[in-house]
Amino acid sequence: MELFTPDFGLVFWMFVSFGVLFVVLWRWGWPAIMKGVSDRADLIDKGVEYAQNAKQQLDKAQESAAELMADAARRQAEMLREADRMKTQIIEEARNAAKQEAQKEMDAAKVAIEQDRKRAQEQFKTEVSTFALDIAQKVVRKQMEDQKAQQELVSSLIDEMETAQS
Amino acid sequence: MKNIFRLILLLLLGVVTVTASAATNDDAQPSQVERGDLTEAAEKADGFSAKDVIFEHLGDGYGWEVPFNHHRRIPLPVIVWATDGLHVFSSSRLEHGHVYRDGDITFKLGGADSKYKGKVVEVKADGTEVRPWDISITKNVCAIFIGMILIIWAILDVARWHRTQGTKAPRKFRGAVEFVITFIYDGVIQPTLKDKAPKFAPYLLTAFFFILVMNLMGLIVVFPGGANVTGNIAVTLVLALLTFFITNLFGTKHYWKEIFNPDVPWWLKYPIPIMPLIEVFGIFTKPAALTVRLFANMMGGHMIVIVLTLLIFIFAYMGPAVTGATAVVSVLFSVFMLCIDVLVSFIQAYVFTMLSTLFISLAQEDGHHEEAHAKDATPLPAAQK
Repeated sequence: MELFTPDFGLVFWMFVSFGVLFVVLWRWGWPAIMKGVSDRADLIDKGVEYAQNAKQQLDKAQESAAELMADAARRQAEMLREADRMKTQIIEEARNAAKQEAQKEMDAAKVAIEQDRKRAQEQFKTEVSTFALDIAQKVVRKQMEDQKAQQELVSSLIDEMETAQS
Repeated sequence: MKNIFRLILLLLLGVVTVTASAATNDDAQPSQVERGDLTEAAEKADGFSAKDVIFEHLGDGYGWEVPFNHHRRIPLPVIVWATDGLHVFSSSRLEHGHVYRDGDITFKLGGADSKYKGKVVEVKADGTEVRPWDISITKNVCAIFIGMILIIWAILDVARWHRTQGTKAPRKFRGAVEFVITFIYDGVIQPTLKDKAPKFAPYLLTAFFFILVMNLMGLIVVFPGGANVTGNIAVTLVLALLTFFITNLFGTKHYWKEIFNPDVPWWLKYPIPIMPLIEVFGIFTKPAALTVRLFANMMGGHMIVIVLTLLIFIFAYMGPAVTGATAVVSVLFSVFMLCIDVLVSFIQAYVFTMLSTLFISLAQEDGHHEEAHAKDATPLPAAQK
């Protein structure tokens, strides 16, 4: 039967073409595909592992973040208290300084006033004495001959006035 | 869906009318025909022999037939090594019983009564026919080339994707090809061969894809397909021989020891070596089983479809009504059979790969594992399908 006897030509070409097919796929086909598929499987495995790790780390991070937040809040409160304390201290200090300054100013003013007063007193004294002299001159000129005796009298009177005043 | 059914119904009706009208044309003969042998009757009716048609379709050929034309074929190169050397010419020169003279040598196709029916023969001066060494690119060889190009294109496309796209997953056709590769590798090769899998996977995968593509192309009835490649014993023989060589050339020491000195009671080995004989016989029956299984399955599938179609022409002499009815039934059945054949195409490729993997893995067994297992249970004979 023709169907059951292998034909030489077909056997030959089958060997040749299957050989070519095998060499081509063996050289450029299968290794690349096998490597690619197993690389991808590795990548997927790694990805799953990474995701699990990431989740754990995220949980941990959330915990530590909450801790940090609490710590920060505590510190903030502390700092606020500190700041408040410092504020009062600074105000106190400033107040004291201002008081001292004011005191100084007032002292200086007092001194100045005193000086002014003294100067004014002096001036007033001289002016008054001049006035008095003038008045006295006029009075005495009219009433008295002896100017010298009269002047002494006046001067003693003024001295009396001065002692009475101070 | 409804439209598809309507279309099929229309096609069937068309087939009925065409065959019925064809049958009425030959209405003169039927009454004279003996009703004994249907095929003979049909042969007498219009010089049509069902057997010839079946064997022409199942066998190889020097040209490739085209649909709706019995006189023209796609010419293919004939390459022969005759008594005086190499001759290459087109197969169209030998069509319709023509004789071709190339130099001093006369070639023709063997006639119906010749020993070399349908093959290229060299006609000697005294009229005797001698078969030259014939490595023509026949229909089957051409189909193998086309299939080869398809496989190389599909597989290298996936390989290029893996080389250039890194670890991205391929989509569409490329993804489907990769799915089939991993299905065979992870489902058959890897579990059976374990750490030896990468060493033998290239051959096994190549064989799987070769058989699968050739099987499926054989189911396409027109030009690029239609060749009965895997249903040809030469092709399956080569595939089985390759498995045979790989199994035995890479066989371990333990494998050969199990063949010539198996672990059985001494009287089975001496004085008459019964078991070694059986084992040696087994080496050769394994590839023989592979050859015949694939060949018979694929040839059988093709034959059933052709016979179902030919039923229409065999019944043609019985009148338009019978012919029409046969046409409907035959077309329905052959479509059904083709659907089964699609399944069989995959199954046979899978089975060939699986059994090759199994045979190779049996020759890869290491002695140490076996001894460790032998204590637990008596080793079972290898499962053979």
